[in-house]
Amino acid sequence: MTSTVTRAGAATAPPRRRAHRVRWRGPLVAWLFLAPALLLFLYFKFIPMFVGLWKSLFKVRTFLGDEWVGLDNYRTIITDDVFAAAIWHSVVLALGTTIGSLVLGLGLALLIEGPARYLWFVRTAAFLPVVTTMAAVAEVWRIMFHPADNGMLNVIIGWAGVDPQPWLASEHSSLWSIMLMSVWRGTPYDMMIFLAGLVGVDRTLYEAAAVDGASTWRRLRHITLPALRPVFWILFTLAAIRGLRVFVEVYVLTNGGPNNSSEVLMTLIYKLGFQKNELGVASAGGIVLFLATLVLTVIVQLMRRRQAA
Amino acid sequence: MRFDSALGLESRRGPLAVAARFVVYGLMVVAFTGPLVGLLVSAFSKTLDPTSFTLWPDEFTLENFVQAGEKNVYLYLLNSFVVVGFGLLLQMLVSVFAAYALARKKFRGMTVVMLFMLATMMLPEEIIAIPLSLVLADLPVLHLNLIGTYAGMILPVGAWGFSILVMTEFMKEVPVELEEAARIDGAGELRIFATIIVPLCRPALGVIGVFGFTMIWDQYLLPLIVATESTMWTLPIALRSLRSDEEVGIGVLLAASLLALLPSIIAFLAFQRQFMRGLTSGAVKG
Repeated sequence: MTSTVTRAGAATAPPRRRAHRVRWRGPLVAWLFLAPALLLFLYFKFIPMFVGLWKSLFKVRTFLGDEWVGLDNYRTIITDDVFAAAIWHSVVLALGTTIGSLVLGLGLALLIEGPARYLWFVRTAAFLPVVTTMAAVAEVWRIMFHPADNGMLNVIIGWAGVDPQPWLASEHSSLWSIMLMSVWRGTPYDMMIFLAGLVGVDRTLYEAAAVDGASTWRRLRHITLPALRPVFWILFTLAAIRGLRVFVEVYVLTNGGPNNSSEVLMTLIYKLGFQKNELGVASAGGIVLFLATLVLTVIVQLMRRRQAA
Repeated sequence: MRFDSALGLESRRGPLAVAARFVVYGLMVVAFTGPLVGLLVSAFSKTLDPTSFTLWPDEFTLENFVQAGEKNVYLYLLNSFVVVGFGLLLQMLVSVFAAYALARKKFRGMTVVMLFMLATMMLPEEIIAIPLSLVLADLPVLHLNLIGTYAGMILPVGAWGFSILVMTEFMKEVPVELEEAARIDGAGELRIFATIIVPLCRPALGVIGVFGFTMIWDQYLLPLIVATESTMWTLPIALRSLRSDEEVGIGVLLAASLLALLPSIIAFLAFQRQFMRGLTSGAVKG
């Protein structure tokens, strides 16, 4: 720790006096101020990225030295059933969570839009899930998901006359249960961003529409939603990327089980890397995840352009 | 007719409309805070069903928190605070320094640096978790092993693109006249930075402080990789072992979970304004 503090301090060494004659003084100062950030990014972001790319081409062996295997690790991933299933689960979970949070977030934002004081309270209370620590929240939900009759969620759905569900305990519902918790946590965030977007909508348009006798639905369809379109795309991209890399939720709730039914890419990569010591294959998995994220971002941007045009 | 909102709900009066509105708001509050309130209540309850928790305490007790101490929970809490304290300090320093260069200086390569920072925001840390563990075990050039050290948990959270960008945007707003006046008075670079720019950025420091706090507090994979000894665990990653510990009841797990949640909730409630402002500025720009 101490070493970084001094490094950060050294970066701001006072520039020499009388140096104003020297052309490169300005840039040098800038680079010195940037140095701590660049060093940390270099060491903990960029170098790992390249190490990951490099190691993905090897069979990594701790004491024997690495053995070049080319694209074999990638072949393993693509042909392996568990990997294919994990990729599929990641995509389903990412899309389900994203769309669920977006739709619910928009609906709730429309409901609690407005200047009233008590709405501020509702917003703050509803926002709490976003700031809370994932690991602890997941522990709480794991208990609520208890599959017996006295599990909290089963009690609640019992009030509506629905039979108790196995939630995390069944292969058929584990992924959906995780999605439910993720939507619970993602909705308030989306809601808040939509609320910020709604502030920018021109109120006089609403009044004009009302004068023209437009219904609430038409007002939404033709004024509100178009105004929110940029916000929508940003949220979709961010949420989908966040969804693809999901780890803690799954790791705490099910650890991929039962019977791999909720195994996602990140939990599989973690197991391969840290439990089975297959660092090469795990690195290749990371690269695949990176490419998926990149492709998704590009697709969303292209769709956005086309819609805007 | 006036509209303050898209649905025009506020213009509908009458007891039924008001009642319907409050039912909806009430349900919303319950749905989003219910699990957290349940946790709060249960952590202080004496008789707990081992598989479920309660919203109605039967008997108030601190027993769970006492037992948590026997399971080292307060040590894990301390570890969390050490990591978040030094991590946040480092992150804020690094962000203010970097933002000063990006917002107030012109130099060649600035756009490239900006692009790289944005790229790190698009690059989720989960993706590089495996190679990061290899890098941490043997830092290139320096050949240090950070696995099993607090530095290994602190240094990687030191630079965060989001903090730097928020800070940069804010610093651009500081009037250039102030800086020029100080320069004419003979103030040096460091002095301008420390006595003019940084104090004026206090609101932005609040924003990046509270975001950085929740982000570092929420770290999971990094301490999972770095903390090889259980005495180094942070609270979030210790929860899993508490759960599988046969000796401890669910009360201890809930007490520990509550301790893991509280700091970020308190930080959020204390800095709500800054939080919401940072959230929207970050989302719209990044």
